[in-house]
Amino acid sequence: MNAMVHAKAESRHLLSGNEAVARAAWEAGVRVAAAYPGTPATEILESIAFYPDIYSEWSVNEKVAVEVAIGASLAGSRALAAMKHVGMNVASDAFMTQSLAGVVGGLVMVVADDVGLSSSQNEQDSRYWGRFGHMPILEPADSQEAYDMVKQAFVLSEEHETPVIVRMTTRVCHVKAMVTFGGERIEHRALGFQKNSQRWVMTPANAKPRLPLMHERDRVLRATSEASDFNAIVKGSDRRIGFVTSGPAFMHVRETFPNAPVFKLGFSHPAPLERIRAFAGEVDTLIVVEETEPLLEIELRAVGLDVRGKDILPRFGELAPNVLRPALKPLLGEPYEVATRHQIEVFPRPPTMCASCPHLGPYFALSHVRNLNIIGDIGCYTLGAGHPWNALDTCTCMGASLSMAHGMDKGRGESDEQKHIVAVIGDSTFLHMGMQGLLNMIYNRGNVTVLLLDNRSVGMTGGQENPGTGQDLHGLPAPRVDFAKLAEALGIRPERIRMVDPYELPTMVKLVREEIKMAEPSIIITNRPCSLTERFERFKPYTVLDDKCTGCGNCIDLGCPAISVARRQTAIAKSGKTKALVFARIDANACTGCHMCVETCAPEAIVQPLPAPTIRIQPHG
Amino acid sequence: MADGITNILVVGIGGQGVMTAAEMLARTALSQGYDVKKTEVAGMAQRGGVVSSHVRFGPKVYSPQIDPGAADLLIGFEAAEALRWQPYLRMTGVAMVNTLRLVPPVVSAGLYDYPADPITGLAATGIEVHAFDAGAIADELGNSKLVNTIMLGAISDYLPFPAEALKACIVEGFRAYKPRLADINAQAFDAGRSAGHSQ
Repeated sequence: MNAMVHAKAESRHLLSGNEAVARAAWEAGVRVAAAYPGTPATEILESIAFYPDIYSEWSVNEKVAVEVAIGASLAGSRALAAMKHVGMNVASDAFMTQSLAGVVGGLVMVVADDVGLSSSQNEQDSRYWGRFGHMPILEPADSQEAYDMVKQAFVLSEEHETPVIVRMTTRVCHVKAMVTFGGERIEHRALGFQKNSQRWVMTPANAKPRLPLMHERDRVLRATSEASDFNAIVKGSDRRIGFVTSGPAFMHVRETFPNAPVFKLGFSHPAPLERIRAFAGEVDTLIVVEETEPLLEIELRAVGLDVRGKDILPRFGELAPNVLRPALKPLLGEPYEVATRHQIEVFPRPPTMCASCPHLGPYFALSHVRNLNIIGDIGCYTLGAGHPWNALDTCTCMGASLSMAHGMDKGRGESDEQKHIVAVIGDSTFLHMGMQGLLNMIYNRGNVTVLLLDNRSVGMTGGQENPGTGQDLHGLPAPRVDFAKLAEALGIRPERIRMVDPYELPTMVKLVREEIKMAEPSIIITNRPCSLTERFERFKPYTVLDDKCTGCGNCIDLGCPAISVARRQTAIAKSGKTKALVFARIDANACTGCHMCVETCAPEAIVQPLPAPTIRIQPHG
Repeated sequence: MADGITNILVVGIGGQGVMTAAEMLARTALSQGYDVKKTEVAGMAQRGGVVSSHVRFGPKVYSPQIDPGAADLLIGFEAAEALRWQPYLRMTGVAMVNTLRLVPPVVSAGLYDYPADPITGLAATGIEVHAFDAGAIADELGNSKLVNTIMLGAISDYLPFPAEALKACIVEGFRAYKPRLADINAQAFDAGRSAGHSQ
C-alpha cells in the first residue's frame, strides 16, 4: 500500500479505487484528511496515512471528520473526508449547511456505497445527497477514474465554492485495476482563515441571502456538467438499445452489450440533460442503468424523455452482467446463456467470532441469563445474534443500543414486564455516537444495564485505532480515554461501574446477574484486546483430555471456533432419560491459549499439554 | 477464454490467503502485458466467512466480476468451498482443489452436514478436477503457510502465460520483503506444480 508514496508520474500500477483516491489526494495538494473506518471506505484513509505531506486522522465519527475537513477548507487548505454510505447520514448535519455557506480550500467528500450489502446494515444510494444538499457528484467507474475524478473534484470545489461528492461503490473501492499516474504533488497555498461573519456565521439572516446563490450555483454546475469530459458517449453500432449509466454499472453494460451506444456519466449530478436528450434521439430505446435508485431515470422522465429503467431492472443490488443479461436480452428478442451446471447444496458458512475473542465471554454470560432484552449495536459483537449464543435482539445503527434500550425500558409492553433491558456496545461505537445515548438515559432516570465491550480497536473493519486505544492513525502514542471515568462523568454511580476481565466467565455471569437487578443504570466494562490486533498476547494452545471429557458440551456453548465436536454419544441418565453427549476437541492451530474454555470445564479435561521432551538427533559424520 | 479474457476464481475462507493468491495472479498477468481487474467480496470474511476473489485479464477488461458459468479456472483452498463455487466454472473449466476440510461451527454443532466427498461431487458435474492435500506438502516442506504458493504452483501450467512468470512474481516478492522465505517458496511452487497434474 505504501509503495505509492514514491511512485513517479507516468508510472502504471495495479491499485484499488481506495488507493487511487489516496494518491490523487496527495497529488492534488490535500493538506488535511479525516475519516471514521467503515467498509468499503476504510482503506482510503489508511492509504492516505502513508503520505507524509497530508495531516490525516481517524476522527471519532463521520460528522466530526467532515467538520474537520470544513475547518481546514475555511483556512484555505484542500481537505478530504471519507466515509461509507451510512457515515454520510451521520455527517449530513454538517454538510447540508456548509453547502449553503460554501468552501474556500477544495473540500471533497468521498463516500462509498455498499451496493449489494457485503458488510452493512442497509443499502443506500448516496447520490441523493447531491440533490438534497445541492452539491455536484462525480462517479468513477474504476480506479483510474477514481484517481482522475478526485483530482478534478478539488478544482471543481474551488471554482464553484462548493463541497464535492465523489461517489464510489464497493466495486470501485475494492477492485484493483490499472492506474497511470499523471503527476506528482502540487502544493496549494492556504491563505488562512479570512474572517467574514456574513459568510460563515449561518444565522437565518446570513443564510437566507445564500439560498439564491446556491441555486445559481446549481445552474452553473449543470452547464459545467454539460461541457464536462467526464460525461461522454461511447459509440456503438447496434442502435436498437442505448444506455445511460454511471459508476461500475458502466463496466457491466459494456461487458454485456459491447456494441450498444452508451452515454457514460462521470459528472453525474447535475446531469447533462441536453446532451442526454440528443443522445436519446440516436437510439431506438434508451435504458437507464443505475445502482441503485432510479434517480436519473426520474429526472430524464421529468424532462420528457421516454426511458426504460427500473421497470425492467432490479431496484436493489449490483447490476452485474448476470443481472443485466436476463433483464435486457428479452427486450432484443435474443436468447441468453444460462449456466447449465446446477448449484450443489453446501452448508452456510456465516462469519464467526474469532478464537479467544474477548466478546465470547460476555455472550457466554448473556446466553446463560434469562429474561433479557438485549439491544445491540454495530460491530463484531453483532454476531452475538447468531449461533450458539442467540444473545442479541436488535442492531440498527451506530450508537443506537443505548438510546433504543432506554426507549424500550420506558416503553415496556406486556411481555417486557419481567424483562431486564441490556445494551451491548463496543468501545469505538460508544465513542462514535453511543455516549450521548448513555447521557440521555442517565439524565432521564432510565434503567439499562450497559455492556461496554472494550476490545481496544475498531474490530470489524480490521482493527483500526480510536480514542480508546492509546494510539492514533499512524500508530503513534495518543491520549487514551478512561471509560470508567467517562461513565462516571456522564452520571453513573461509581458502585455501578464494573470493570471485568471477559475471560473470567464465572465473574462475567455473576456481574450480569447482579447488575440487571439494580434499579439504576449500570455499566460493565470489559478489558481484553481484540485477538486479531498486536495488543493481543498468544499463549500455548490447550487440548482436551479425551478420557476426562464427560461430553457436557459447556465449552462448545462458548462459541469459540477453535473448539469443535469430536463425537456425539447418547447416554442414559440416572433418571432414566436419554441424554445427548457432545465430546469436544480443540484445534491446536487455532487455539491461542486464552483459557476461557477451561472455566467452562468442571472435570478439568481442558489442559495445556506439557512441552514434548526435546530429543536431539545428532547428525551423522 | 472467450474474447481473449481469462477468468480465474479463487475461493476459500477468511485468513487462508485467497486474496493474496489472487493478487499474485493479477500482478503476474499485469507483468505479461494484460489489462487486469481483480475484485473480491470480503467484508466480514476475516471472521471465518467465505471469501471469493475474481481475477480477470485480457486485452481489455470491463466488468471485474466473473459470470456464473464463465470461469476458466477455479482454485479452491478448501474442498466444500470448491463445491459451493463450481457453478462459476465453464463446462471446459478446470478446478484445482486443496482437499482440506474446514468444518465451521454450524456443522460441528450438528445444524448442517459437511458433504461426504466434495471432490467426487465436483467431478460428477463433468469438469476437470485436480485435487490434492496441499497442507501435507506444506508440512513436508516444514511450513504450513506455504499452502498459498503450493496452490499457485499447482495451477501454473493451466494459465495462458508461462508458469515461470508466476513463480518469478512470487519469489521476487519474497526476495524483496522476506528474503529468507524466497527459496522455500520456490520449492513449494515446484512441489505444487507437480501436484497440479495429479487426478
